[in-house]
Amino acid sequence: MIGIIEYGAGNIRSVSNALNRLSVQHFISNKHHELNKADKLIFPGVGEARSAMDALTRVGLTDWLKEVSVPFLGICLGMQLLFDRTTERSTDCLGLLIGTNERFNSEQSVLKVPHMGWNQVQHKGNCSLFAGIAPGELFYFVHSYYAPLVSATIGTTDYGVQFTSALQQKNYYGVQFHPEKSGRIGLQLLKNFVELC
Amino acid sequence: MLTKRIIPCLDVKDGRTVKGTNFLQLRDAGDPVELAARYSDEGADELVFLDISATLEGRKTFLQMVERVAAALQIPFTVGGGISTVDDVSRALEAGADKVSLNSAAIARPSLVDEAGKRVGSQSIVVAIDVKRTKDSWTVWTKAGTEPTGRDALLWADEVFQRGAGELLVTSMDRDGTTAGYDVELLRTLSDRVSIPLIASGGAGTQEHVRDAILLGKADAVLAASIFHYNKISISELKSFLHNNNIPVRL
Repeated sequence: MIGIIEYGAGNIRSVSNALNRLSVQHFISNKHHELNKADKLIFPGVGEARSAMDALTRVGLTDWLKEVSVPFLGICLGMQLLFDRTTERSTDCLGLLIGTNERFNSEQSVLKVPHMGWNQVQHKGNCSLFAGIAPGELFYFVHSYYAPLVSATIGTTDYGVQFTSALQQKNYYGVQFHPEKSGRIGLQLLKNFVELC
Repeated sequence: MLTKRIIPCLDVKDGRTVKGTNFLQLRDAGDPVELAARYSDEGADELVFLDISATLEGRKTFLQMVERVAAALQIPFTVGGGISTVDDVSRALEAGADKVSLNSAAIARPSLVDEAGKRVGSQSIVVAIDVKRTKDSWTVWTKAGTEPTGRDALLWADEVFQRGAGELLVTSMDRDGTTAGYDVELLRTLSDRVSIPLIASGGAGTQEHVRDAILLGKADAVLAASIFHYNKISISELKSFLHNNNIPVRL
């Protein structure tokens, strides 16, 4: 059973719809005693980092999130919050990974921000999250801040700068893109997380 | 590399897809969810559903249709038409839409853009701008293209960008439904001016029009309706054509 962490800052329904497509049983909750019963957790996130951290504090999940022992998948902002900091309203995040999320710079280049649309994810092909997914496949991204390259990086994407589009540290996985919105390839990645991670 | 997006637009009235010429003379083009699934299978990168009668007749967007679309598809989609409050925005996203498009309501009350962006994040806020050329400028029209606002389109684009719009959907009303090609000059002017993604709309008739909107108009995404609805061009053919013209697309 997959637990989807609901804290008022996620595209819960899209993730739930995708799991329905895969016929994967799941539930949605913001209570850690319920989420503790899940075999795996998905941590979606959209919107602004400070509000998301505040929302997590309100529902009392901040410390619990740092001590999860089951496979855990952070999506989009849900991945960025695993780092210790973001320059988005100078917000302290969960601190499971060392590094700071920064904003794409639209002033020094012709980049449009947010980075929105289908872009390639490069990976070495040795992570179960990407089983059956070729390096360079396209996933759907929507974000204005990006995660730095770190030792946990398992996937990278280029948008004026190389950034972390997928990562793994122990049981914590994260993807910057939206697998739930990335068509057949995105479903494959979610299936991999459910079956292989 | 970030690919250019091809976005079929489904204008929805009373639960049916319709497409008019110059915003009028509506023709029936099928069930929106069925069409949406077909487009997704053919390689659409995103979809837009506009409830075209909503502003005129005061109807709210069809949330049930949004829910059906969200359950049926795994690609992003935007909902517009009749969204006039922050609560409308939240409801559309909760029903499964990824983005909402604000048009008349933003013109009537520009702070709606700020409020909606703060509530759900800028990335989910598309501001749609319907534009008509006047002698030497572009003017914003509202209420499904029935009322001139007197606002200059370029200044309005600047303003909604400042207020936190995540994307612009720019429709040339002079071209919409005519299949005479996008207003490339308008697109390029806006794209150079505003640093959020720009969706080109209004006038697609050929593959070359789409290519020109991207290469000459510098659009990040291209929206079209009738060329897809009536099978004039399939999405996969269009993408192959763009690919052969060295435009990055998701094949």
